[in-house]
Amino acid sequence: MLSVQGLHLWRGDRHVLRGVSFDAGSGQCVLLTGRNGAGKTTLLRAIAGLLDPEEGKVLWRGESTRATRDTFHSELAYLGHEPPLKGDLTGYENLHYGVGIRRAVAATEIDAALDRTGARAFADRATRRLSAGQRRRIALAGLLLANAALWLLDEPTTNLDADGQALVAQLIRQQLDRGLVVAAVHQGIELPAGKVRALELEAA
Amino acid sequence: MRTPALTAARLVAGRDLRLAFRKPSQLLQPLMFFMIVATLFPLTLSPEMSRLRDVAPGVLWIGALLSSLLALEFLFRDDAVDGTLEQFALSGQSLTWMLFAKTCTHWLLAGLPLALSAPVAALALGVPAAALGSVVAALALGSLALSLVGAICAGLTLGARRGGVLLSLLTLPLAVPVLVFGADATRLAIAGESVLPPMYMLSAIVVLGMTLAPLAAAAAVRIGLE
Amino acid sequence: MAWAWFHRFASPPWIYGFAQRWAPWFGGSAALLMLVALFGGLWLAPPDYQQKDAFRIVYIHAPSATFSLAVYTAMAIAAAVGLIWRMKVAHAVAAACAPIGAWLTVATLVTGSLWGKPMWGTYWAWDPRLTSELILLFLYFAYMALRAAIEDPAKADKASAVLAVVGVVNVPIIRYSVTWWNSLHQKATTKLLGDPDMDGSMVWPLLLMLLAFALYIAAVLLVRLRAELLRRERNASWIREVLG
Repeated sequence: MLSVQGLHLWRGDRHVLRGVSFDAGSGQCVLLTGRNGAGKTTLLRAIAGLLDPEEGKVLWRGESTRATRDTFHSELAYLGHEPPLKGDLTGYENLHYGVGIRRAVAATEIDAALDRTGARAFADRATRRLSAGQRRRIALAGLLLANAALWLLDEPTTNLDADGQALVAQLIRQQLDRGLVVAAVHQGIELPAGKVRALELEAA
Repeated sequence: MRTPALTAARLVAGRDLRLAFRKPSQLLQPLMFFMIVATLFPLTLSPEMSRLRDVAPGVLWIGALLSSLLALEFLFRDDAVDGTLEQFALSGQSLTWMLFAKTCTHWLLAGLPLALSAPVAALALGVPAAALGSVVAALALGSLALSLVGAICAGLTLGARRGGVLLSLLTLPLAVPVLVFGADATRLAIAGESVLPPMYMLSAIVVLGMTLAPLAAAAAVRIGLE
Repeated sequence: MAWAWFHRFASPPWIYGFAQRWAPWFGGSAALLMLVALFGGLWLAPPDYQQKDAFRIVYIHAPSATFSLAVYTAMAIAAAVGLIWRMKVAHAVAAACAPIGAWLTVATLVTGSLWGKPMWGTYWAWDPRLTSELILLFLYFAYMALRAAIEDPAKADKASAVLAVVGVVNVPIIRYSVTWWNSLHQKATTKLLGDPDMDGSMVWPLLLMLLAFALYIAAVLLVRLRAELLRRERNASWIREVLG
């Protein structure tokens, strides 16, 4: 479903992505590993279409993601380093607006997702008053609500305790039943061996 | 089911409005700035009302321009910092359309209140009461044009150092037509003549801005997100 | 066929070679034409009936004004080409144009000011052409400031390209608004910086100067372009071959 072919990308003088290629189908999880600065975030952003590679292309369901950008994005959920939450809004409101611009989402669905990620208890507080781990749980609820076939995750377990990390593994396993995941990670994630591929990136 | 564009725009506007009302001090600052600037001019010129009336168009419009430049800082900055702009770009919705919704909401929160409170400053500068309606109308249209053009410059300066001064440097030359026609409308209103010719020009600029500016702003934002 | 030509233009080494070969020719012919034109304009042409010898500054002022705007347009076109077809060379051309255009604008303002002294008695008047030139100078400053403020070179190229295109669309609007503004307050009906009624002997040096300016600007642009390419491509292999 996802095919990355020969991506080359420079940031200033640094040749960050040097011909990265891989294919991933539904039910597969690609784990990107590598030291800081190796280009994991850059690769995720390039796949998402936020960065323009100098060479190479990304195909989704056989079509270039540049050509079918909006359709590709409606099937993609991207979670970066910082959860995109507005400090003055409650977790609930953040999800209402954030997911709402992608697809119509009912209040009951939001509640169910918050339950699933263990964030229901604090979803009515302004997110600026929450801890980093709590904010991440709300962001994970948003990830669930997106109903996306492709998940691009940049260090999804940041700021989470042991329970939280187990939760992320669970959510990814669930997602693999209906789509695929590409995740940049520092430490391993508990996943069934058959479904995981590791891709190591080296710093330039 | 992908959200229809109109609903997405409503959500974008709704979020910004809700956020603004939770932090109302941020709204008041550009307004206060406008009032202070309008007060400084008589202090540096002359307290004679007849003399002030002559310079009132300039004072009102320069004050409005400077206040708009301040207000433009909060158009995209917070969204860029917390990743909301990135989510717009990844949402599958037209970024142009969502930025248009954001810019119009920004005008509702910054430009329109400025226009509506301008009579206070105008009266203090000797503008006759009969002219106030036209003054408000011209400032309302002009501030909308400034918000639209300013959105482009705000998008361009997302990735730049010391964005504030740079934003002003970029926006001021592009704001000249708005200043010229707006000040002319105010001058004609004070003189009791028809303000239609410059108001037509201002409206034309607003229409042009509405169609083209969000496109340029979206291009600028995508570049800034790289 | 046409695409082959286009792609050659897109290749930095080819453009570098082109610039290296042709810059001296452009520069040399520009110098020659300027000498002839200035001889014709400063010596041969008779003094103007109204302005006496003061009008002679038009030989520098008019080409500077024309080209200050032409270079901005060229810069915007190059920037747009760079954005749409993602050509690095086009972005380099745009970057090279900016200082040239800015200096031309300064030259226009300075010569306009020097012309103003004998004409109106002051070094500055808010004449529509001079005012438009001043705003054009601000547009150039804005472009160069934006370029300087963005760290990543690729991002700086693209962002300033958007600014250049937005600017070029606004230039006619700005000029129109300045003319509008000026007509509101005009006391006399005479144009302040009117080009004098010129008879034949005054016109040909002007046309020659226009051509000379064009060649001179092309020469300077090619030299700057080479410097830009050197800076941008300094890690590429073709640079080492070219520099030996």
